[in-house]
Amino acid sequence: MSAVVRTLVGLRDWIDARFPLMEQWNAHLAKYYAPKNFNFWYFFGSLALFVFVLQIVTGIWLTMNYKPSADLAFASVEYIMRDVEWGWWIRYLHSTGSSAFFIVVYLHMYRALLYGSYKRPRELLWIIGMLIYLTLMGEAFFGYLLPWGQMSYWGAQVIISLFGALPIIGDPLALWIRGDFVVSDVTLNRFFAFHVVAFPLVLCGLVVAHLLALHEVGSNNPDGVEIKEVKGVDGIPLDGIPFHPYYTVKDIVGVVVFLIFFCAVVFFTPEMGGYFLEHANFVPADPLKTPEHIAPVWYFTPFYAILRAIPSQLGGVLAMGAAVTLFFFLPWLDRSPVKSVRYRGWRYKTALGIVTVSFLVLGYLGVQPPTPTFSWMSRFFTIMYFFFFLFLPAQTSVDEHGFAKLYRQAIRLLLWVLIAAFDISFLGEFRGDKPIAERMSELAPFAIFAVALTAFGTFVEFTRYYRRDQDKPVPQRVTWP
Amino acid sequence: MNQDGIDKSRRRFLTTAATVVGGIGAVATAVPFISTMMPSARARASGAPVEVDIGDLKPGELRVVKWQGKPVWFLRRAEDEVAALPELDAELRDPASEEPQQPAYAVNEHRSVKPELLIVVGLCTHLGCSPTHVRVGDAQSHGLPTDWKGGFFCPCHGSRFDLAGRVFKDVPAPRNLLVPPHQYLSETRILIGNDPGVTS
Repeated sequence: MSAVVRTLVGLRDWIDARFPLMEQWNAHLAKYYAPKNFNFWYFFGSLALFVFVLQIVTGIWLTMNYKPSADLAFASVEYIMRDVEWGWWIRYLHSTGSSAFFIVVYLHMYRALLYGSYKRPRELLWIIGMLIYLTLMGEAFFGYLLPWGQMSYWGAQVIISLFGALPIIGDPLALWIRGDFVVSDVTLNRFFAFHVVAFPLVLCGLVVAHLLALHEVGSNNPDGVEIKEVKGVDGIPLDGIPFHPYYTVKDIVGVVVFLIFFCAVVFFTPEMGGYFLEHANFVPADPLKTPEHIAPVWYFTPFYAILRAIPSQLGGVLAMGAAVTLFFFLPWLDRSPVKSVRYRGWRYKTALGIVTVSFLVLGYLGVQPPTPTFSWMSRFFTIMYFFFFLFLPAQTSVDEHGFAKLYRQAIRLLLWVLIAAFDISFLGEFRGDKPIAERMSELAPFAIFAVALTAFGTFVEFTRYYRRDQDKPVPQRVTWP
Repeated sequence: MNQDGIDKSRRRFLTTAATVVGGIGAVATAVPFISTMMPSARARASGAPVEVDIGDLKPGELRVVKWQGKPVWFLRRAEDEVAALPELDAELRDPASEEPQQPAYAVNEHRSVKPELLIVVGLCTHLGCSPTHVRVGDAQSHGLPTDWKGGFFCPCHGSRFDLAGRVFKDVPAPRNLLVPPHQYLSETRILIGNDPGVTS
């Protein structure tokens, strides 16, 4: 052994006698056994961690030149962009990083939907993950006010007003969040505190909790097989490989590929056509004038479309809240013991397809102006989105009697009541003095979605979509390759 | 009670008492932390009344003035526009201004002291965006119906208001636009944020 290696080993042993260094290294990396059949979808957990570190580092550097005051904020961002050495680079990394964070997190969450990673024994892991997602939404919202552009200002005004729509506590709550009667310097200053100190700390804690919970229960995999149930004589899962070096190396490839796409955006199209940095945000905040077309940043738009779809203030806010919070209950709404979509019946596959399309279309609708056609589309896809969660317990419950039976009939009835209400209000449009021919353009979108919803109801009845799904047998060991 | 024995009931009492007193202390500590986030004395004081001269406001013109950080609109409506207001009653959520969204002196068909001059806070009652004034000719470009009689359209969530700031049915906004307390100091000078004391 060379002297250098001997010194390093000595240092390691010195630390180990005082701090559980090798113990932690083994528990979380070298002897943490992960399933050997991870695929493409398993890149996004480590990528999320990578982007998180990127945001923290670029964020600290931005803070060095940013000024959290209504008078100076907009100019200080422009100063960073024009006069600070490499300031534009730091800022574009941070702004592109926020969108990248949501892309990665959405794919990471979708992986859980595909392979049932939220199911027993990973319910708490999923809930901690959902808390990270909620905190991240808050972090993004606070951060978006800081440039103090038109979109910053009016976006904050709208989102704070969402809390104001709650009965009784709404107005005082909105006042408390703003700290003023309108979004002002006071609001900007506290959002800075939340964005830079409070929420990153909370995120750090939650990320640690998420990893601890993951390493306690072990990773799921594309087959949904519990690898801990089949162990070799050495006590190591037969389908497991140590995270380090196997998956650290795999994830480095993931990071490299990610950086290729990420840098392409940072260097060639940092505004991403107005989706990552909205055009209206290049105008300083004006409390007297809302921009003509206001839309949240893309990662909030599916929920925003649901908010707009419902022609009632409180109803819209509650539906939007439900659209997010329903995910917390997924481990209990999905009662099937089968985890991976590979071994699930056609009902779950169809449902997953419907909710995926609905989420994407709602995301598109959220950036469009609220024309009648788009409003009706939003209503249709909002209904489809919620029926994913409503049908899930019916399709996965083994129980065929008592409450389960009652629930199946109730869901069916609810769908038909909704279809009837939709169709009757559509037919009601034909009353009135104006000839129908003149109102074709107004009625056409309504008609399309009245027909689409009725067709969905017919599909549900014809295929007995509300019945229990027939899952396939799950193998004992992971399939590989 | 011997020397080695433990008096469990005394220990339980002390634990409970310490927990309760400590808990009350911890909750009480939350009070200043929460209170410090409410509007400060300076923020509360900044809502002073604003004086506006509308002598040069032309018919059909909209003026925006800042009061308490919010936009206040002054719109001089044409005589026929005011006369046409009752025609829309059936399409409105609160045509008679029954909700307390205005001082008593603005509870009428035109929601104003002087029939031609509309004064409202230009923030949508839905989620607080500032709606756009859309004249009859511009209805098409905002995707509004062909029989649009002029009024306000909120670009955020598509809420519509008529020329008296009254909200239409089937839009997300729940209430009519707010009429701020105000008084006429002379024929053309108006004080926003203060009225002769006849507030509803």
